[in-house]
Amino acid sequence: MGINDLLTLITALLIAWSCSLLGCFLVLRKAVMVGDAISHSVLPGIVIAYLVSSNFNSVFMLIGAAFFGVFTTVIIDFFHKKLKLQEDASIGITFTWLFALGVILIALFTDGNADLDQDCVLFGELGTTFLDKVIYNGRLFGTRSMLMILPVFILVVLFVVVGFKGLQILSFHEEFAKSKGINVNFWHYSFMALVSITTVMSFESVGAVLVVGLLVIPPATSYLLVERLIPMLWLSCLVSTISSLLGYFASIYFDVSISSMIVVTSGAIFILVIIYTKLKIAFRKKIVNL
Amino acid sequence: MSQNSIEVHNLSVAYNRIPVLWDIDFELPKGQIIGIVGPNGSGKSTLLKAIMGLIPLSSGFAKIFDKELDLVRERVAYVPQRESVDWDFPATVEDVVRMGRYKKGKLFNRLSSIDKHLASEAIEKVKLTPYKDRQISQLSGGQQQRVFLARALTQGADMYVMDEPFVGVDVATEKTILELLISMKNEGKTVVIVHHDLQTVSDSFDYLVLLNTRLIAHGPTKEILTEENLQATYGGQLNLLSKIRNIIKNKDFPMREKGFEDK
Repeated sequence: MGINDLLTLITALLIAWSCSLLGCFLVLRKAVMVGDAISHSVLPGIVIAYLVSSNFNSVFMLIGAAFFGVFTTVIIDFFHKKLKLQEDASIGITFTWLFALGVILIALFTDGNADLDQDCVLFGELGTTFLDKVIYNGRLFGTRSMLMILPVFILVVLFVVVGFKGLQILSFHEEFAKSKGINVNFWHYSFMALVSITTVMSFESVGAVLVVGLLVIPPATSYLLVERLIPMLWLSCLVSTISSLLGYFASIYFDVSISSMIVVTSGAIFILVIIYTKLKIAFRKKIVNL
Repeated sequence: MSQNSIEVHNLSVAYNRIPVLWDIDFELPKGQIIGIVGPNGSGKSTLLKAIMGLIPLSSGFAKIFDKELDLVRERVAYVPQRESVDWDFPATVEDVVRMGRYKKGKLFNRLSSIDKHLASEAIEKVKLTPYKDRQISQLSGGQQQRVFLARALTQGADMYVMDEPFVGVDVATEKTILELLISMKNEGKTVVIVHHDLQTVSDSFDYLVLLNTRLIAHGPTKEILTEENLQATYGGQLNLLSKIRNIIKNKDFPMREKGFEDK
């Protein structure tokens, strides 16, 4: 395993872990589709940030993403709660519209720039991230993708650790939190902003479609196996670690897209876990009947 | 010193422009067990939510202990309906009860040993200590209701506001709740309970609010429980047949959760 493999793997793991942690709360809050919506509708934010600063490294990117992410949840809530439209319809309208807007912005203003095209936006490419190394004073610090996702990962860990109680009570019982005077909007929107930032930073590497797989599959797998929230977070990270490692080497073996292989692997683990839990229940029944 | 636990004035609430509560006006005493009673869809739960500041009001206001809700939140504990959460959430009984100690502005701090002690005490009070490490989905309906009650007890409030705590619970839970209500009252606390069925447990209420979108009557139970008031509250629903049905239901077939057995 060379340095390039290592760099790619670290990038994949940082993305996978950030997504697994946030994904647990998305799954528990039954807001997975909102996460899906965010991952698509941050596109105009990215394009606008890119046009303003003409590169991908800037804080504009984070601000643009966070803004459009929160904007998406606000619009979905507005359609759903104020206009009484069904929630899935509200989600469908909002993110497709914003995503389409982003695609048009790319076509109109970036003049076929290679850094930002539709394929890249949808699928990403983890396999080429190692080409863009950051070298300072002759020493290798990592790839640009890796250094972009690292602060986001740290932010996610801090938010989940420090804000654990807030996220827990918001996910379990929003109404009760409200009755205690807890500012549920603060928690809701800062969480959604973080989901937006994470999806944007994962954009080039895994793309808007597959990032949803990373947000949902490991937490859902973990959810089937545990009885408490903290173990769910740990196990979710473990599942995403295993699927990243297996997926990475499988993708090299089959010479296919890394991120797709990672999501396929985690899906396979999910199915194995379902079979395991079903067998466990059947086995218990058998013992009771004996 | 104020005498009112809750004061509601000119309160109206509408969903989609259809009024659910219309011009409600009352003052409730302190230190009593108060029942808010009315048929299904009469706006009882909505009234509680309005008092707890959980839904926007179309008009009027609600005050608690003669103050704005935000000033006295610490003194009120809310027990929502059991159906309001997903019981498959990965949490144990203890996890949920400890949430009662989560406070506004202190969410970043760790729970103190006092918080943890109060939580175990509350679990003991509702007789769930043997189940404290169970995941909440593995409890019966009655036990789940007691988890909510314990969570409220940790708040050490002066007033407890409960939304349908007797729905779908077993006999043991009903007894536990009633005992708790009486001990709360003896400690000088106010308990406000939303309840849909006058036939059950109505003896336990000192004070009643009869509600059917509008306020029908309120006052000490003995004065309020008149044929006329009940007719006005329940209307056609309180005919002979439903009386008989309720008597049969309550005497011969105690309400039980499906599949519940005390192990």
